[in-house]
Amino acid sequence: MANCILAVGEVREGQLKKITWEVVSQAKRLGAALNQPVCALLIGSGVNDARKPGEYGAATVFVADDAKFARYSTDGYADVVAKVARECGACAVLLGATAMGKDLAPAVAVTLETGVAADVTALAVAGGEIAALRPVYAGKARVTVTVATAPFMATLRPNVFLPEAPNAGAPVEVVKVDVSGITPKAPVTLFAAAAGGKVDLAEASIVVSGGRGVKGKAEGDDQALHGQFQENYKLLENLAATLGAATGASRAVVDAGWKPHSFQVGQTGKTVSPNVYIACGISGAIQHLAGMSSSKVIVAVNKDPDAPIFQVANYGIVGDLFEVLPKLNEEFKKALG
Amino acid sequence: MKTVCCIKRVPDTTTRVKVGAGGAAIDRAGVEYVVNPYDEYAIEAAVKLREQTNGECIAVCLGPPEATKDLRTALAMGADRAIHLVDENAETRDSFSTAKALADALRPLQFDVAFFGKQSIDADNYQVGTMVARLLGIPSASVVVGMEVQGNTVVCSRAVEGGVETIPLPVPCIVTCQKGINVPRYPALKGIMSAKKKPLESIPAPAISNRVVVSKMELPPPRPAGKVLKGDAAANAREVVRLLREEAKII
Ligand SMILES: Cc1cc2nc3c(=O)[nH]c(=O)nc-3n(C[C@H](O)[C@H](O)[C@H](O)COP(=O)(O)OP(=O)(O)OC[C@H]3O[C@@H](n4cnc5c(N)ncnc54)[C@H](O)[C@@H]3O)c2cc1C
Ligand SMILES: Nc1ncnc2c1ncn2[C@@H]1O[C@H](COP(=O)(O)O)[C@@H](O)[C@H]1O
Repeated sequence: MANCILAVGEVREGQLKKITWEVVSQAKRLGAALNQPVCALLIGSGVNDARKPGEYGAATVFVADDAKFARYSTDGYADVVAKVARECGACAVLLGATAMGKDLAPAVAVTLETGVAADVTALAVAGGEIAALRPVYAGKARVTVTVATAPFMATLRPNVFLPEAPNAGAPVEVVKVDVSGITPKAPVTLFAAAAGGKVDLAEASIVVSGGRGVKGKAEGDDQALHGQFQENYKLLENLAATLGAATGASRAVVDAGWKPHSFQVGQTGKTVSPNVYIACGISGAIQHLAGMSSSKVIVAVNKDPDAPIFQVANYGIVGDLFEVLPKLNEEFKKALG
Repeated sequence: MKTVCCIKRVPDTTTRVKVGAGGAAIDRAGVEYVVNPYDEYAIEAAVKLREQTNGECIAVCLGPPEATKDLRTALAMGADRAIHLVDENAETRDSFSTAKALADALRPLQFDVAFFGKQSIDADNYQVGTMVARLLGIPSASVVVGMEVQGNTVVCSRAVEGGVETIPLPVPCIVTCQKGINVPRYPALKGIMSAKKKPLESIPAPAISNRVVVSKMELPPPRPAGKVLKGDAAANAREVVRLLREEAKII
């Protein structure tokens, strides 16, 4: 008997991550359409704020809090999700399309003998059935899918499903999950935080991205070019600091070795859908557009008026980024200050 | 060690997608197909480990008859033999029906490490490798950007938001590859010649029904025509910030 929507949250070092609110909120909207209550599941060690998903619509929060879940493990976490999904009779299981959710969902689906709609950007209910919209070919097309087996499973693209306004007084029940029978076989043993970039690209609501144009007139050997690029890239970092944005890059920049691959946006890099994507000195090759054209608003700065990036930009500035970016930074500071 | 690499045949990244007649898949006419870019890292990882440990490397593809070409590429890069699970409509299988067929083909191979791409660039599912691991009951790590083999343990670095996780996997295990794990080699002429003589076994892929069913494919709505500003940088910067605030109401 199906009797809830299960929203799997995300815990890092005991703290709940923002994606949790997005997943629980969407579970609430789905629950309203299907007339089902929402259960949330938190897996970790020393989980803080276990009641908090209640503020976003969860009636019950299942907590698997144990030292063995201090770090992620595909098999250990998947066993917990599958167990809870069965015990609470979930008709739908939602996760974030984050590093964790994308890894966890397929493992859970095998155990629950069902399928996962991956990286979904919209969910709708028609005739009691859940339909999911998801981009394919890196966003060059999109498909509507259903899951023929139960439960329905989906991973939700970050930043797309907005959190509900939290309701601090909402009643919520916290239930401890019995995890005594579960032993993670291959857990993460170490987490090394990346240096630099404070805001993560995939989670950011504003992204400032640089392409080969950021090299400017720099010339010389590899080392000189590298140094000059980093210097020039500060223009983007300053803008990002003003906006609380993450910074990204095109593949041309990554291939040149000027930025690590974790910065790359595009078909063979990250797919991002922030509120604002600011492309600086990026031509807008089809593979780059694939990764960012679902952004809500695109701003482009490029000196070539015929650059393809202007075909997708809501607001384009034809000009030299070395002139335009400092001015943009000034104006944003004024606007936000 | 005995290694496996699973490769998929996908439309080239420059493909301009058109929706096909059925309305639920792409129009394949004129589309160029290539080895999924992430699977090149899987081939390289599998070949390298085979070379270092003097084992055997097997390339596996569930694909249409034309996919023998992609398997020959893997053989030219150094795989010893190939298994082709033939399915004319491989492109319309979901991740589970692909994973189930691959798991059944991989089980008797008794491999140590099987490498996959982190994602196929057509379906963008990020699922098949992890599903195969779960079906075989062995550990896996996905989106792996670095790898070191220590005895019977494959120590993987996995890229996640804000950092890198370390996951030691006891063999047999599955690794899904992300750029950074290695630099794929170009097949040398010698490799291309010898690839023609290496064994390539073709067997029909078992039919398994899809769990995720596509009812419709469409192109994304065109973005509304934007405003392109020319001329004075300062004035344009001011105008864009104003538009973001007053028109897009986003800052
Ligand atoms: C298999 C495959 C996968 C790929 N995947 C990706 C991917 O994931 N992501 C990706 O980005 N690319 C990808 N590419 C590469 C893509 O095809 C392009 O080569 C790349 O995006 C170009 O990067 P760019 O726009 O920075 O450089 P360019 O195309 O060289 O463009 C530089 C731009 O900067 C402008 N410019 C120069 N100086 C200035 C200045 N002072 N002020 C303002 N503007 C200036 C120029 O007018 C130009 O438009 C892929 C390619 C292949 C074959
Ligand atoms: N038809 C297939 N044949 C062989 N390997 C595949 C196939 N489909 C997917 N894979 C592997 O699974 C990875 C992830 O694919 P996906 O889950 O579709 O994003 C790919 O990079 C391949 O390594």
